[in-house]
Amino acid sequence: MTPTVLPVAATTSGITALPRLLPTAATSAGATMAVDLAGHLTRHGPLPYRGRPRLLLDTVHAAGLTGRGGAAFPVARKLAAVADAGRRAVVVANGAEGEPASGKDKLLLWTSPHLVLDGVQLAAETVGSAEAFLYVHRDEKLHGRLRAALAERAVAGTDRIPVTLVAAPPRFLAGEESALVNVIDGGEAIPRFTPHRVSESGVGGAPTLVQNVETLAHLALIARHGAGWFRAVGTPVEPGSMLTSCHQADGTPTVVETAIGTPLADLLNLTTRVQAVLVGGYHGVWLPVERARGLKLSNAALRPLGAAVGAGVLAALPASHCGLVETARVVRYLALESAGQCGPCLNGLPRIAAALGTLASLNPDEGTRRDLERWAGLVERRGACHHPDGTVRLVRSALVLFGPEIDRHRDGWCGARSSQPFLPIPAGVPTGEHDWR
Amino acid sequence: MSLRLRVNPITCAGHGLCAELLGEHITLDEWGYPVIADAPVPPGLKKLARRAATDCPALALLLVKEP
Repeated sequence: MTPTVLPVAATTSGITALPRLLPTAATSAGATMAVDLAGHLTRHGPLPYRGRPRLLLDTVHAAGLTGRGGAAFPVARKLAAVADAGRRAVVVANGAEGEPASGKDKLLLWTSPHLVLDGVQLAAETVGSAEAFLYVHRDEKLHGRLRAALAERAVAGTDRIPVTLVAAPPRFLAGEESALVNVIDGGEAIPRFTPHRVSESGVGGAPTLVQNVETLAHLALIARHGAGWFRAVGTPVEPGSMLTSCHQADGTPTVVETAIGTPLADLLNLTTRVQAVLVGGYHGVWLPVERARGLKLSNAALRPLGAAVGAGVLAALPASHCGLVETARVVRYLALESAGQCGPCLNGLPRIAAALGTLASLNPDEGTRRDLERWAGLVERRGACHHPDGTVRLVRSALVLFGPEIDRHRDGWCGARSSQPFLPIPAGVPTGEHDWR
Repeated sequence: MSLRLRVNPITCAGHGLCAELLGEHITLDEWGYPVIADAPVPPGLKKLARRAATDCPALALLLVKEP
């Protein structure tokens, strides 16, 4: 997918000014919004190397930065684990962004690659690494932009260690840590089952720091401005800003940099024409719109409802669409994106997808829902990766929220007025081994 | 110290030997893959559990020590 220029949230002033990561109109080069190295240095200043490993750890810890790839793991703990591994480490900036509804990493890499690459250098210095990779979905235009950014830095001499650009196959699971390690080691984008964390044994068996590209961009700014600056927005428990990919009910996709804790209603236009909100992407959950109107974008607010901020994907499902049809399309896609390695996922996901397809049609067979619930229980926590768990999370939330719609379908009618697909699904399905490389 | 059985879901090919040996602790799902009880191996089954791990044709059954 070619990165598109998307509207960015309005800015305020002072140290709480947003956007921090994305360019403002004043700093970007016209319509492409892409910032070159000179523009980057003018806005953010030089790269503040610390001179020795570990010196940045306390600042990152005080900032409370967490991973922005979905898991929200504390970055300082990951950095310390890799720095403590006692062997020469490898750093990987993860920009695979296999989630079809997410566009924030692509936009960040397109507009502000130097912030991400600054973060790579600082993370590498912190963990004592001499080798780094930038892992980004195969996209000639974006890769060209990143090669140009790396060339600019080579000329300017900003980087202390080389960064190798690696293409991620266009698969949902390509960004999963063990799949990422497989690709960089020359294999396929399929997860591994290993007793070791990649922080102990990752790329080439070396301790490996894998951080989402947005996380590294935050790191680059924390190194410049400090923990207090970072914490000036967000909540005390979940500080800072984050990039969100918002799908409005009218079909408009936007990427917005927002403070964690922002009301969902400030990010999505939750009119009476919206029936439900998808939070956390295709491994996320559906929430009723009445509930979503009163919620904030934070794990503290979402976790009690079984939801999570994840990688910041939000979608407002219009009332004109059938939630069962939309979920069935997404789950069929997720089933096809299974690497097919684990028996329960290989057998369960296609059956779950087919059953959901049946519930999405009119007059479904009696017993379909019962089968679906049994299969959901059979795939959970039984895969080498979290793909079955995330898929089941979405399915269960759909069964609860769209329960009345299931009853309508049983009675032979559907509440939807539109059969146009709403949630984005990439065209094509993986057909052979080459698709995973 | 207690023992727990884990299955490597990637190498497991659903031979089903483990469930034959340890029917009280391991059942097979409807596709023939093992579902392991969410509990440590009962003391009386430890010997059988070791045998199940050794005899697994795919070497997919792992005995993990727990503190």
